[in-house]
Amino acid sequence: MKRDYLKIDKVVGPLIQVSDVDDVFYGEVVDIVENSTGNVKKGKVIKIDGKNVVIQVFQNTAGLAAGNSTIKFTGEAFNLPMSLDLQGRIFNGIGEPIDSGSDIFSMVEANINGRPINPMAREYPRNFIQTGISSIDTLATLIRGQKLPIFSGNGLPHNELAAQIVRQAQLGDDVDEAFGVVFAAIGVKHDDEKFFRKSFDEANVMDRVVMFVNYADDPIAERITTPRCALTAAEYLAFEKNMHILVVMTDITSYCEALREISSAREEVPSRKGYPGYMYSDLASLYERAGMLHDRKGSITFLPILTMPNDDITHPIADLTGYITEGQIVLGRDLFQRSIYPPVAVLPSLSRLMKDGIGEGFTREDHAEVANQLFASYSRVQEVRDLSQIIGEEDLSQTDKKFMTFGRAFEAEFLNQGFDESRNIIESLDLGWKLLALLPLAELDRLTPEMIEKYLPQDE
Amino acid sequence: MAEIEENKVRGIISAINGPVIKGTNMTTFKMREMVMVGKNRLIGEVIVLEGDVGTIQVYEETEGLKTGEEITPTGRPLSLKLGPGMLKNMFDGIQRPLEKIQEISPIFIPEGIGLLSIDEEKLWDVTITAKPGDVLLAGSIFGSVQETKVIENRLLVPPNISGTVIEVSANGSYTIIDTLVKIQDGKNEIHELKMAHDWPVRTPRPSAYRRETLVPLITGQRVIDIFFPIAKGGTAAIPGGFGTGKTMTQHQLAKWSDADIIVYIGCGERGNEMTEVIEDFPKLIDPRSGESIMERTVLIANTSNMPVAAREASIYTGITIAEYYRDMGYAVAMMADSTSRWAEALREISGRLEEMPAEEGYPAYLPSRIAEFYERAGSVETLGGDDGSITIIGAVSPAGGDFSEPVTENTKRFVNVFLALDKSLAYGRHYPAINWLESYSGYIKILSDWYEDNVAEDCIDLRNKMLELLYEENKLQEMVMLVGEDVLPDDQRWVLEIAKIIKVGYLQQNAYNKDDTYVPLEKQYAMLKSIEYLYEKGRSGLKLGIPTSQLKDADIFGQFIKMKYTIPNDDLSGIDRLKDTIDTYYDALFKKYEN
Ligand SMILES: Nc1ncnc2c1ncn2[C@@H]1O[C@H](COP(=O)(O)OP(=O)(O)O)[C@@H](O)[C@H]1O
Ligand SMILES: [Mg+2]
Repeated sequence: MKRDYLKIDKVVGPLIQVSDVDDVFYGEVVDIVENSTGNVKKGKVIKIDGKNVVIQVFQNTAGLAAGNSTIKFTGEAFNLPMSLDLQGRIFNGIGEPIDSGSDIFSMVEANINGRPINPMAREYPRNFIQTGISSIDTLATLIRGQKLPIFSGNGLPHNELAAQIVRQAQLGDDVDEAFGVVFAAIGVKHDDEKFFRKSFDEANVMDRVVMFVNYADDPIAERITTPRCALTAAEYLAFEKNMHILVVMTDITSYCEALREISSAREEVPSRKGYPGYMYSDLASLYERAGMLHDRKGSITFLPILTMPNDDITHPIADLTGYITEGQIVLGRDLFQRSIYPPVAVLPSLSRLMKDGIGEGFTREDHAEVANQLFASYSRVQEVRDLSQIIGEEDLSQTDKKFMTFGRAFEAEFLNQGFDESRNIIESLDLGWKLLALLPLAELDRLTPEMIEKYLPQDE
Repeated sequence: MAEIEENKVRGIISAINGPVIKGTNMTTFKMREMVMVGKNRLIGEVIVLEGDVGTIQVYEETEGLKTGEEITPTGRPLSLKLGPGMLKNMFDGIQRPLEKIQEISPIFIPEGIGLLSIDEEKLWDVTITAKPGDVLLAGSIFGSVQETKVIENRLLVPPNISGTVIEVSANGSYTIIDTLVKIQDGKNEIHELKMAHDWPVRTPRPSAYRRETLVPLITGQRVIDIFFPIAKGGTAAIPGGFGTGKTMTQHQLAKWSDADIIVYIGCGERGNEMTEVIEDFPKLIDPRSGESIMERTVLIANTSNMPVAAREASIYTGITIAEYYRDMGYAVAMMADSTSRWAEALREISGRLEEMPAEEGYPAYLPSRIAEFYERAGSVETLGGDDGSITIIGAVSPAGGDFSEPVTENTKRFVNVFLALDKSLAYGRHYPAINWLESYSGYIKILSDWYEDNVAEDCIDLRNKMLELLYEENKLQEMVMLVGEDVLPDDQRWVLEIAKIIKVGYLQQNAYNKDDTYVPLEKQYAMLKSIEYLYEKGRSGLKLGIPTSQLKDADIFGQFIKMKYTIPNDDLSGIDRLKDTIDTYYDALFKKYEN
């Protein structure tokens, strides 16, 4: 039987310090029982120095004081019960049910921190997922098992885009392959959570969704565990139950801010913008849990959403994410302001895995070339626009004028599409060709003669 | 070893802070000693000793560790077992084979699996060349094993032992722990020579002396081989923000470089990228050996989610393995993707030690660590008298893509080739996104003789001329952005046109195209030479007063842009035909204007 400790030495933000402690382990889960009410808060040992222990408390530490609580070390790591019954349920950030359902009982428990996947056990992801969105399918193709974040900004329609992807994405090859959604809301507004819940309902997937919710007004330490609980559930469903799981997570920015707040409470040396030096590894311990394995049928496809402070892609949150994830879908404010939905800024967007998941046998033989040409031409459009700002559009050369026309059409017809509109990849590629036909042939330097011959629409 | 351990004084864990722990009762421990930590015997290394308190960095997850548990000394520094069995394999940051770890745990990497290394049971066919009575100097070769289809492992006397051979085993099948030769040194001490020997990772392996680096590492990548060549035994850095192509470039170098041995370190990067290497490399045929490129490759993986202390070690593990093969007389090329993650691991450990930070939280010793690392590159005469070399190519991942941060800046001080990747080129899908204005190679001068002798007399001149043309184009582009292209005089517009061919037709190289992914040097040269030919033709035309619009023939320009795809790597006659086409077209054009 473990000893109880009655005295809290110090409370700093989400951390408490207890002294004279024996026989606890690093990462051990702690129950903090308020003596007067019997209310239990959960915490975790994050530092041991001799007999002094620092505990990170997942709930609000307000009210905790020197003599009013009892600290019980549970002798357990942070484990969650795992079962197929997780589906259709809603939990808080430490995995406790917050819907009206009962607790999850299961013999299977999993440590929410997970462990690194052995690269030898991974299978390189190659299966195309059609999202029905032209810009994504054609230019930043989502691959099953990929981690592909949405880099957004405040007020941009990232939630709508994520919901549209959940609704339209075809995750499994066959109808009988089980798929599911794990949704983690980290520090989100109640409205946002409602929006997602409603869209899962509309997509008729609610009974296949596992939700972990930490609201904006919930304790920040719980934001650290929310994504871990979610990914643990995802790993279980994907790798133990052979399901194709799409993990949608919003907002990574809230997660990183929580990390910074705790780091500062721990008085750690900060690196850029006050974020801790280990934020890269910490984020990697989340993102790298996506993937596919050789001898498991299931997969984890991961769509984290983050809002870039000041729309700045070099901000540490976006920057470190981009260094870990397999590409990014960037939303652009200027497109949004011109009412283009989804406002995918194609030039900075990238899918690193698309190269092996497109082309003959996956999408269509011309896919890589069309994508390349669209990128190159649209990149040229930006230059021509800059020039036209200076010398005026009338004074542009004939060729440059054609680029202006192409740019406008590309945004209005290719990028822009309805929230409920799903285009298949063939439609999207054909649309790409139709737009490229607006440019002089000599400018199409990324296309081979064979593909031009076969796919480029002829002038009538 | 078990009984030795019994007698040793053990430390007691007193503090735990992530990968850094402290222990008491450690007066008999040594600095940099490898230790086993706690009940699970996690692998660690002593990094600070102060009185009886020791600080240890732990190479495995520390969750579950308790104060009061024991720290067991091993009596030796963190070392690698160097012997046959490393090629074609992938190891973690402390040389544990990931395939063997998978046998223990099929998916995830657990902690507490102990110290594993290269296979001690596998039998190798050994040929022993040493004879009784021979004097074997440190680092000399006493036999050989065919390690893979293309690489012969030359069995080395460890660099710290020498003596006279007193016993030799017969040629035959042995494991790496069998004794093959016994030698007696000057103090009459007898040493057993085996296929493998241990070497501490943090100690550079000695060589006889350093040579000058006079030969380029041929990579098959035009922008590197012709514009910014890397010398064998040299150093290069590839900095770039995310998505600019660091990993692709490193993979291309690992695949196609004409080194004998490749050591590839995935340091704090994606798991899937290592999986990709494991899946793809065995299928790629090395144009020189005719065998799979995996036959010459050693992989080290500490992916971004693996323990951070092992990330710090992975770089040293990689370079020590590279030195081992160098000592056999091989040209080794080592890629580290990304050295920034290693620097960040240093920063994290330093932070946990509560050291005084210098810039951006990095420890003050960051520059010296970077310098020490790159200084382990070089061309040498080995202790055994052979030529060996290590080329180091390090990726750098600057925070925010900004090259003025400490890791990029300090790396720049210690490398000779700087291949600056550029976000705007990557956005326009100009790959490899190596910015020709910012990049440089410090080897142009010393390699120019080699290029003159082996490629063409005028190769370097041609390169300089074309690079100047690109510089000029850059200046002209700035003007174009102010006034538009139409206002420029014709000779300047011609420069813009030719620069476009160089950029799209030459500098851009498609790693996914089966022919363009690797291009032999002769074709690289011939392509650029033909572009120069076109350039000069046009200039003659300009002198006759022919406008650029007439000089730019859509068909000819199209052929130039596509020549990387249309002209086979092994048949350059198409380039001569292209020149004929140019002659025919321009001669006709010139005639019109002459009259
Ligand atoms: N030489 C190349 N040829 C074709 N595509 C490339 C090349 N270099 C980079 N790319 C593209 O850029 C993407 C990002 O490259 P990567 O090397 O992963 O970037 P980094 O390591 O700098 O983040 C790749 O997935 C690929 O689509
Ligand atoms: Mg990379």
